[in-house]
Amino acid sequence: MKKKFNIIRSSCVPLPLENVDTDQIIPARFLKATSRDEKFFGDNLFCDWRYNSDGTPNSSFVLNNPAYKGEILVADKNFGSGSSREHAAWAIAGYGFRVVISSFFADIHKNNELNNFVLPVVVSESFLAELFESIAADPSTIVEVNVPAQTVTNMATGHSESFEINGYKKYCLMNAMDDIDFLLQSKDKIESYENRNNGYDSPGRGANHGC
Amino acid sequence: MSLIENLEIMNTLFDIIWDKHVVQIVKDGPTQIYIDRLYCHEVTTPQAFDGMRARGIKCFRPEQIICMPDHNTPTHDQDKPIEDPISKKQVDTLAANAAEFGLAHYAMLDKRNGIIHVVGPERGLSMPGMTIVCGDSHTSTHGAMGAVSFGIGTSEVEMVLASQCILQQKPKSMRISVEGSLGKGVTAKDIALFIMSKMTTSGATGYFVEYAGSAVKNLSMEGRLTLCNLSIEMGARGGFIAPDETTFEYLKGREYAPKGKDWDVVVAYWKTLKSGADAVFDKEIVFKAEDIEPMVTYGTNPGMGMGISQAIPALDTIPASGHASYLKSLNYMGFKPEEKLLGKKVDYVFCGSCTNGRIEDFRAFASLVKGHKKAKDVVCWLVPGSWMVKQQIEDEGLDKVLEAAGFEIRQPGCSACLAMNDDKIPAGKLAVSTSNRNFEGRQGPGARTILASPLTAAAAAITGVVTDPRELI
Ligand code: SF4
Repeated sequence: MKKKFNIIRSSCVPLPLENVDTDQIIPARFLKATSRDEKFFGDNLFCDWRYNSDGTPNSSFVLNNPAYKGEILVADKNFGSGSSREHAAWAIAGYGFRVVISSFFADIHKNNELNNFVLPVVVSESFLAELFESIAADPSTIVEVNVPAQTVTNMATGHSESFEINGYKKYCLMNAMDDIDFLLQSKDKIESYENRNNGYDSPGRGANHGC
Repeated sequence: MSLIENLEIMNTLFDIIWDKHVVQIVKDGPTQIYIDRLYCHEVTTPQAFDGMRARGIKCFRPEQIICMPDHNTPTHDQDKPIEDPISKKQVDTLAANAAEFGLAHYAMLDKRNGIIHVVGPERGLSMPGMTIVCGDSHTSTHGAMGAVSFGIGTSEVEMVLASQCILQQKPKSMRISVEGSLGKGVTAKDIALFIMSKMTTSGATGYFVEYAGSAVKNLSMEGRLTLCNLSIEMGARGGFIAPDETTFEYLKGREYAPKGKDWDVVVAYWKTLKSGADAVFDKEIVFKAEDIEPMVTYGTNPGMGMGISQAIPALDTIPASGHASYLKSLNYMGFKPEEKLLGKKVDYVFCGSCTNGRIEDFRAFASLVKGHKKAKDVVCWLVPGSWMVKQQIEDEGLDKVLEAAGFEIRQPGCSACLAMNDDKIPAGKLAVSTSNRNFEGRQGPGARTILASPLTAAAAAITGVVTDPRELI
């Protein structure tokens, strides 16, 4: 999971559907797991689309089509809406995707991806439409995601766009460091915040003991 | 007037609470925000506690963290062991983690147990001016108390366990005002479904919403909780309402609310919590309360809602790029464009959840069914949001009214809202539900969900078909 990001070149798995919500990425019944076993979540990514009710693979779903593989998922707009479950990001990471490209991500899900070493890349609608076309024409279409340069390139057409990622997250991804590693280093700042803000001005503290 | 004063009156309440909780702004990165309260439920926390163990660390501020199981708890026979081994394991794991890390834990059957978003406000654990998080998207509910409250992922739960902080980008701010007075039979739920139908499920993405306007001001605390609860369904990071007398009145005397002299001090502070007269929002939207009628959803996201007397939008009103998802959604629901839902046969009715599982919701439900009988073919689940709500139902004698009409009250929990326990709507069945999500399979594999208010749910429960509650009031 904590693998350093640099330049990723890969073929893509296309999912040209809008508003794919986290219930579709990983159905609610998988929230019952009490571990975060990557393989388990990866095996159940898009479960209800991917498998028939008898558990056999649904051959019409893209993940069961051997023509499409790679570390990059290309999804249509408003990807990851709905429930905040981080399991959706675990499933995407667990399946082996390191990048998701879309023209629009739901907020919480986008953050969840970043926290789990999956890079959400926001591209323009026209770039996305062209990318879907390239992949439809040739499933082995390669996309290059250059994290240091913050660019994404459709190698079939040569078209390239830059994408946003904040300097802090970029640093974390490139160094395989997570947020908790960072926060644990800031304890003195937290304690001085608490000393500045105690009492009923900050009713969050002091008022809830005895439980 | 000095420049400083000018700046102050330009601040939104969101800015005021947020800025007060900044620990540091990371260079070219997120802001480190201090969290006053973390709520933990059994579904989204086990992996966070695992992470803590793997790192070999303890909770930084255990006294600010409250745990309770709600998603998996059965709604009957809670005194017996949970039958589903996986549900049992999650519930047991939370108890074990709370004990190991020294956290408050309201176990099943504890009188303080219930759905976190119902329990937090009713125990006075969620208060104005706080920052509140939980690994659950409906954490926006607590915004009704005048708090900045939002859902987080499990990695972020682990951050708070470890440091009482999270790292966030400051969202943009939006004010949604609803002005005027609500018509007969129109509730907070209808306001929310109406707003969502106008905003779509992504219309507020990236924003924190302040609800304002006379129709919002006039809502009870329960109504405000319902409205804020649904903020996430239009993509907002959270939603809140500035605290006022309604808020203070509600909190006064609650278990964890400050008492005596402390109460006066804290109320004086809470009264300062409002957006400046010249506050600048990144986006402002105004709706008229008179335009809202009882609402129902017809599709598979909460933004697909309409007034109950209206017909499902025609295909040509939808942008061409959305036709495939639109038809897929209607196909799942078994509905056609341009058809009305009034009169459709209903198989299940669910009243409950963190959206509409509070005492006022059961009062509304009971008021409508009083003197009627439950329709024979409808299966109806009435699930209080907490043991406290159940107790209130009994204290007010609503259980008698409901029983006389053929209904029974179950034990508290999330229940059919997401169907992690046994309360699953069977495949193909049509449910009118007071919960918050009508996604495919949300209430059970293949279940078809119409979201509505408790009044509209009650109307369906006695007539057996989708019915305009105004006809029965
Ligand atoms: S009632 Fe529904 S929405 Fe609310 S916390 Fe439970 S599962 Fe989530």
